Amino acid sequence: MRSPRIPILKLHNCLLVSIQWELDDKTALQFQEDLLNKIHVTSANGVVIDLTSIDFIDSFIAKVLGDVIDMSKLMGAKVVITGIQPAVAITLIELGIGLNDVLTAIDLEKGLEKLQQELGE
Amino acid sequence: MENQSCVKIINEWDIVAARQLGRNVAKDLGFGTVDQARITTAISELARNIYLYAGQGQVCIEKIYDGGKAGLQILAADSGPGISDLRQVMEDGYSTSGGLGAGLPGVKRLMDEFVIDSEPGKGTDIKATKWLR
Ligand SMILES: Nc1ncnc2c1ncn2[C@@H]1O[C@H](COP(=O)(O)OP(=O)(O)OP(=O)(O)O)[C@@H](O)[C@H]1O
Ligand SMILES: [Mg+2]
Repeated sequence: MRSPRIPILKLHNCLLVSIQWELDDKTALQFQEDLLNKIHVTSANGVVIDLTSIDFIDSFIAKVLGDVIDMSKLMGAKVVITGIQPAVAITLIELGIGLNDVLTAIDLEKGLEKLQQELGE
Repeated sequence: MENQSCVKIINEWDIVAARQLGRNVAKDLGFGTVDQARITTAISELARNIYLYAGQGQVCIEKIYDGGKAGLQILAADSGPGISDLRQVMEDGYSTSGGLGAGLPGVKRLMDEFVIDSEPGKGTDIKATKWLR
């Protein structure tokens, strides 16, 4: 049994990721590696990760997400997280995970706008 | 459907199976989306802890009834190394695996009742309950 890889699209200088199914641990770690490789290959300086379809996030997935944001930053790319559902926001805070310094936006469109602002374009 | 269903936790895929089972039972009982997410997250934390620290074990989901109330109970059991300092593992940020250390204290906050019973060398039993309001 194996989930397909999460597709990563390129749009101008940005990468777009929309996570469409429940993440198992291996898929999450594979995604971390794939995203960093894609940043390297494309020299993208911004990434939007859309979580609209995700209905829960546990501490492991939160750590993978937080790590990939920090790693992208080290490589010179800013990450914006979009589409966090109410139930996900509530459970993350109750878990004690604020994702504090993370850039967020309500949806993909606003996320791209925020990224362009942040990148000063 | 039986009142109790169990998933053996042996590999990472069983973590996915356990939380899907929990979500289905939670939906079936009539829990709203926020409680469904709380329950799914709690199961994911407990199942992953079994996989990581005990190697294997089992997660059971039970529909429980008390007087007029209905609820969902998660029973996570393993015969792993056990936990010697229960107070320490309930502290936010305490992790022996480089994790966030959010799992156990998080489950306690996500659920209404939380009981942990562990003996070093024997294993760990955790019972967590969410009541339908
Ligand atoms: N079933 C278990 N058997 C033995 N030790 C356990 C078990 N569950 C948890 N522990 C111990 O308790 C510690 C805290 O667990 P907790 O789930 O809170 O955090 P974590 O698993 O380290 O990180 P996170 O869950 O945030 O990814 C673990 O690091 C581990 O040492
Ligand atoms: Mg844990």
